[in-house]
Amino acid sequence: MHIDKDLVAASATPLVLAILADGESYGYAILKRVRALSAGELVWTDGMIYPLLHRLRRLGYVTTEWRTPPEGRRRKYYTITDDGRAALADQQRQWVAVSRALNDVWPGSGGVLTALGEA
Amino acid sequence: MDSMESQIAEWRAYVANAPGVNGHDVDELEDHLRHQIAELNAAGLTADEGFLIAVKRLGDLDGLSREFAREHSGRLWKQLLSGDEGEPAHLSSGWFETLVFAVTAAVAVQAARLAADAPDEEPNWLVRNASLFVLPFLAAYFARRRQLDTRRWVLTAAPFALAALVVNLYPWGADSATEVLVALHLPVVLWFAVAYPYMGGMVRSHERRMDFVRFTGEWFIYYVLIALGGGVLMGLTAAILDPTGVDVDRIAEWVLPSGAVGAVIVAAWLVESKQRVVENMAPVLTMLFTLFAVMLAGAAVVYAVTGVGGAFDRELLGTFDALLLVVLGLVLYGMSARDPSTSPEWMDAIQLVAVVSALVLDVMVLGAMIARIGDLGFTPNRTAALGLNLVLLVNLAGAAWLSARFLTRRSRLHRLERWQTTYLPVFAVWAATVVVILPPLSAFS
Repeated sequence: MHIDKDLVAASATPLVLAILADGESYGYAILKRVRALSAGELVWTDGMIYPLLHRLRRLGYVTTEWRTPPEGRRRKYYTITDDGRAALADQQRQWVAVSRALNDVWPGSGGVLTALGEA
Repeated sequence: MDSMESQIAEWRAYVANAPGVNGHDVDELEDHLRHQIAELNAAGLTADEGFLIAVKRLGDLDGLSREFAREHSGRLWKQLLSGDEGEPAHLSSGWFETLVFAVTAAVAVQAARLAADAPDEEPNWLVRNASLFVLPFLAAYFARRRQLDTRRWVLTAAPFALAALVVNLYPWGADSATEVLVALHLPVVLWFAVAYPYMGGMVRSHERRMDFVRFTGEWFIYYVLIALGGGVLMGLTAAILDPTGVDVDRIAEWVLPSGAVGAVIVAAWLVESKQRVVENMAPVLTMLFTLFAVMLAGAAVVYAVTGVGGAFDRELLGTFDALLLVVLGLVLYGMSARDPSTSPEWMDAIQLVAVVSALVLDVMVLGAMIARIGDLGFTPNRTAALGLNLVLLVNLAGAAWLSARFLTRRSRLHRLERWQTTYLPVFAVWAATVVVILPPLSAFS
């Protein structure tokens, strides 16, 4: 299935914020998590996650830190902030409203709400 | 594995060259690339295969660099604006177009000069209209460069047409003070009118507004540089030609206005095609701020000790308007040149000291001034100076508050930038008020 470019773009911010809400992470790991969560349906060009993460940082939704893990190379870690959690909660409300509306006009298609966890 | 390292090094050099991508970004992307390669190798691919696939997955560099540029517009804000697809602009591009506009503007000014018989005569209409002989050409220059559609061309032209009507149809009195005020404020109004085509009509975009602030600062620097060079050239020419008996003044009255006007367009083109001054100017700016902070803090102490009541004359409010304007200019330009993602630095603290000292000084002067106006009543000059002072005061107070919060890490630089970009229209509206509304209110006196 091909997911529309605009939809991918729109879902990127809440997805990344939600993943970071589970704990700090870095670009490559976030991307892997997105792939796993969407069963490979949500495909980004790998590099694009970095401009997105930088934007979240400018907006104050995440903080960053360069660290060198014991076994490896220097790496940039991203941690969500309170502002980021607030933005995530806001995004969740918006997506639930959208999916609820879609669910209502597409009776029987099922699953949209359950997928979003009926927040 | 050595060949892999050299491949990665080559890739690094290639990516680092892309506009909008800086060293830290490359580090981050390289980490990603290595991760991906390691995983692919673990899945059984050879090192070369892994490298190729990992590079491919990162995405094509043009698109990636464009995304980085969009986010970090300060890094290469101009490539974004000059070309649709963010292709890097070269200094050579558009010089012919620039020349045409510069010459046209120079011709317009010379025509006006001849019609007015300047510099022997200096009719008021020439002074009032001065900016109207220059800035429309700059606006048209940008409208053309940004390839605006017809509707936006009309919207670009509208403020200039309105301004021309206002300054020429109002029945100005003899020795009118408002006429002088209009001559001072009209360039500001028209400069904001230039912002419209500069931003390609996207006046609501805060990023574009910041770009325009940056453009203004850069343009000013280039213009001053050109003016200095031109001044030296003129002086030397005059000194050389003087013994030959050539009438140097006649030459100057042709060269000087044409050069001054043409430089407006040329400086804009220089900013468009090569805006690296920001980085070179940043250390100078730091020094300036430090000196300003010292001077202002000292002055605030002196004023507080001696009181302002004594030596108070009518020039003082104007002086303080100029002071606040300079501080604001430094704050704005410093902000537009700053990397927004960095943490507070000592530079931000110094800036705050300068702004707060300027504010304290201004409040003291303003109190005395309002008392004076209470005694003597309003004149157009006082109204304009007081209004400007208040507009600046509110802006700097907001900026000081937000940057104090930023310094104590309770707020983001982003908020501060938003405050400034949101406030920009207030300046435009105030200047337009002085041009359009104040003269009839004061009966054109």
